[in-house]
Amino acid sequence: MADRIVVDPITRIEGHLRIEAKVENGVITDAWSSSTMFRGIEKILQGRDPRDAWYITQRFCGVCTTVHSIASIRAVENAVGMKVPFNAEMIRNVIMGMQYVQDHVIHFYHLHALDWVDIVSALSADPVKTAALQESISDWKYSSADYFKGIQDRLAAFAKTGRLGPFGNAYWGHPAYKLPPEANLMAASHYLQALEVQKEIIKVHAILGSKNPHPQTFLTGGMSIPCDPNSQNAINADKIAMIMECNKTAREFVEKVYIPDIIAVAPFYLDWAGIGKTSGNYMSYGEFPDGREGHPNNLWLPAGIIKNGDLSTVHPVDHTKITEDVVHSWYEDTGPRHPWEGATDKKYIGPKPPYDYLDVEQKYSFVKSPRYEGAPMEVGPLSRMLVAYASGHKEVQDVVNHVLTTLGVGPEVLFSTLGRTAARAVETLIVARKMESWLMALAANINTGDYAIHDNSKWDPSTWPVQAQGYGWHEAPRGALGHWIVIQNKEIKNYQAVVPSTWNAAPRDDKGVRSPYEEALIGTPIADPEKPLEILRTIHSYDPCLACAVHVYDEKNELKSKVKIL
Amino acid sequence: MEVLFMGLREKLELLGVSRRDFLKFCTAVSATLALPPAMAPKVAEALEDDNRPAVIWLEFQSCSGDSESLLRSGRPKAADLVLDVISLDYAEVLMAAAGHQAEQAKHDSMEKNKGKYVLIVEGSIPVEDDGIYCCIAGDTALNQLKKAAAGAAMVIAVGNCASFGGIPAAYPNPTGAKGVADLVSGVPVVNLPGCPMNCDNLTALIVHYLIFGTLPALDNQLRPKFAHGKRIHDNCERRGHFDAGQYVEKWGDEAHRQGWCLYKMGCKGPQTWHNCPTLRWNDGLSWPVMAGHGCVGCSEPGFIDTMSPFYRRLPEVPGFGVESSATSVGLKLVGVATAFFAVHGVVSIIRNRGTVKKVEEEYYEKEEK
Ligand code: SF4
Repeated sequence: MADRIVVDPITRIEGHLRIEAKVENGVITDAWSSSTMFRGIEKILQGRDPRDAWYITQRFCGVCTTVHSIASIRAVENAVGMKVPFNAEMIRNVIMGMQYVQDHVIHFYHLHALDWVDIVSALSADPVKTAALQESISDWKYSSADYFKGIQDRLAAFAKTGRLGPFGNAYWGHPAYKLPPEANLMAASHYLQALEVQKEIIKVHAILGSKNPHPQTFLTGGMSIPCDPNSQNAINADKIAMIMECNKTAREFVEKVYIPDIIAVAPFYLDWAGIGKTSGNYMSYGEFPDGREGHPNNLWLPAGIIKNGDLSTVHPVDHTKITEDVVHSWYEDTGPRHPWEGATDKKYIGPKPPYDYLDVEQKYSFVKSPRYEGAPMEVGPLSRMLVAYASGHKEVQDVVNHVLTTLGVGPEVLFSTLGRTAARAVETLIVARKMESWLMALAANINTGDYAIHDNSKWDPSTWPVQAQGYGWHEAPRGALGHWIVIQNKEIKNYQAVVPSTWNAAPRDDKGVRSPYEEALIGTPIADPEKPLEILRTIHSYDPCLACAVHVYDEKNELKSKVKIL
Repeated sequence: MEVLFMGLREKLELLGVSRRDFLKFCTAVSATLALPPAMAPKVAEALEDDNRPAVIWLEFQSCSGDSESLLRSGRPKAADLVLDVISLDYAEVLMAAAGHQAEQAKHDSMEKNKGKYVLIVEGSIPVEDDGIYCCIAGDTALNQLKKAAAGAAMVIAVGNCASFGGIPAAYPNPTGAKGVADLVSGVPVVNLPGCPMNCDNLTALIVHYLIFGTLPALDNQLRPKFAHGKRIHDNCERRGHFDAGQYVEKWGDEAHRQGWCLYKMGCKGPQTWHNCPTLRWNDGLSWPVMAGHGCVGCSEPGFIDTMSPFYRRLPEVPGFGVESSATSVGLKLVGVATAFFAVHGVVSIIRNRGTVKKVEEEYYEKEEK
């Protein structure tokens, strides 16, 4: 097993992820993705009030902290037939939009950038040249040589304490780092700025939803933040102005820092446009209802599927074609099942901890393998941008074409690790530019005297049918997210979530076909097996979110006898 | 070289943070800690020395919500907190190193700072089936916790999951999830529950430790009294409406728009001990009741089972300005919880939701009469 490298924990992600990869002649020839934590939240949901489900499922993930709430309330609304008022739809759009922007900014600067940026190299940069570099890419306000000198001094002071905290023992000096010191210093300062920006712009969630992480404002049938221009306890002109200010900050940072950074850094890493390709299936559920008909009508970002990298046709998405199988997951085998029938019993047959390697021939993950018409699908910003691009979405085409022309490359580079990272930036820009329109639509509607935020007619469970089932889709920042619910006698009978990281991080399926993470790693060069920085690049390009991916319920059973001792 | 010996204040000055702003921050921390304002200089002193405690942050059955909460820190800002106030030697969400380099960094810090480091734990710990439901670097959360706690000066459990088992420990607790205090002995444990924890409380706790070298006073659930000494209901800005019998009846009705009391919409403020109404969230911007949604009681043991259904109103909190009965209900409900804990241990007591239901039903029966 000497040729198999293990990265566990994969850090700078949400949750617990382990990658094992086989390396031959400096290149990955096979890979296995495993999640090693689970909580059984779907089981915990059974028997509870469906109106509470959003709060509980919100705790699938504290990073993409709004997405499960949205999918959950939509599932219940779909099941019992609630009609969400226009104000509530627009409030949701503003909340979701800011989740996209803030989450992507955190992802790029705090979870992904250190795969490309060598902080130690920043110490030897010339602040004057750094200032020149900054000025050449945008007219961002923090661009003086003094400013960069200050940042450099601060980093140097920090380094000299010898106590590097979160920057300790990393891969600094690795040959795969290609940026000149000045670019590294510029990026390091953006790392610190982004830390400040993300916390400022996410105040939109506090204004509309009390706090972040885990805003507390969702209701099945609407939202709990009232609208009333004549009250200080509701959305009024003051709050709208505060949100506009946050939007402005967000947009400015994305336009003047995030996008220029991507364009400045990409040329040093163009080889990564040829690494990290998957089978070419991309799926999006579509998002942001943009009209008065409400979700799922008139979605601003379209739903669709692209097969085998063929951008000439966009196929429709049909939820009945989704199945999950568990041949390589630590559950009792049931054969592929649709989520409404999804019922799975845990069956851990992995090695007894502490262990060195997983038995990848058998079951090796708590993530199940979702398939669409039996095929794996990649989900996330790249899928969304490709589906929108191929569907003729004007804003997306404009920005994608601008980035491609500036870099002097064709659309084929998008099917890669670099493409995934660039698509996320493109999306952040178009969403940041769009948010104002939802806020203005909300304001205009309040101005007509319509203050409704909730469909009260179906709030009382006694108005519901005895038996109901529904599903709620949400295109989360990390990709296509679906919740499926079965309600019986006003209680949750069954609940299943198929989340973005389940699609991407899954183990192999019943036919032995790899899922996106595993597939994307094949062919990745590894300069130093002791420091597999390259694995982090591709895996981080997906923005993994593992606590979400593993949530499947289980029945208690006698397990100890089944634990396999290696 | 001078830079090396600069305290936090000088470094902040270098970055344009004035002495005045710095002292303002120190006063805010003093207030959170319920210290007299005269303590602010002492807070400043504690922060200015380069005595950053080594912090190891472990994540188990969590959603990373508490790590994210740390990133929202505004007093001090996250970057200052992470670079200047503490030495965050291991934190999966933020650290640059991965895999065995990450584990090595943790190991080194634990050796070097033995007996002195602060261990922060996020997420519950599953103990069933030998703990296989959460493994990191090939070993179980349970083993990781025990090893790390053995050399820690104290353990801070952040969020309800690490404090009391939280969501994973809710009925039927499929993985046997437990909170830290249930599994660790011989080291002081402080609980900072909430879902997630409010980072300002964590900062205040660390600053308290830096100033006094001791832990603040804790309540019987091991929560600092400065953060959990009063009920939400006692400090709630809508309390006047509660006392006046002015309630929201429907989402979006006139009462809701005017900020009346959310008790009838299921608010759990009367039985929840937390400083949300005074501290608030995201730089003091808002908190659930302020934004129109009732409190769900996320800082209490047994959450979520003792607090759900979230939209069912609490029994026996009468409407018209009867302070004494509201207080007695609060005490009574807490009393119910406390009786449970006495019998079954502090954490993970809600194994049998039937029992909770029975207790609740007794209350509802009384209410209906
Ligand atoms: S019941 Fe809730 S909203 Fe009403 S006064 Fe008490 S804490 Fe505030």
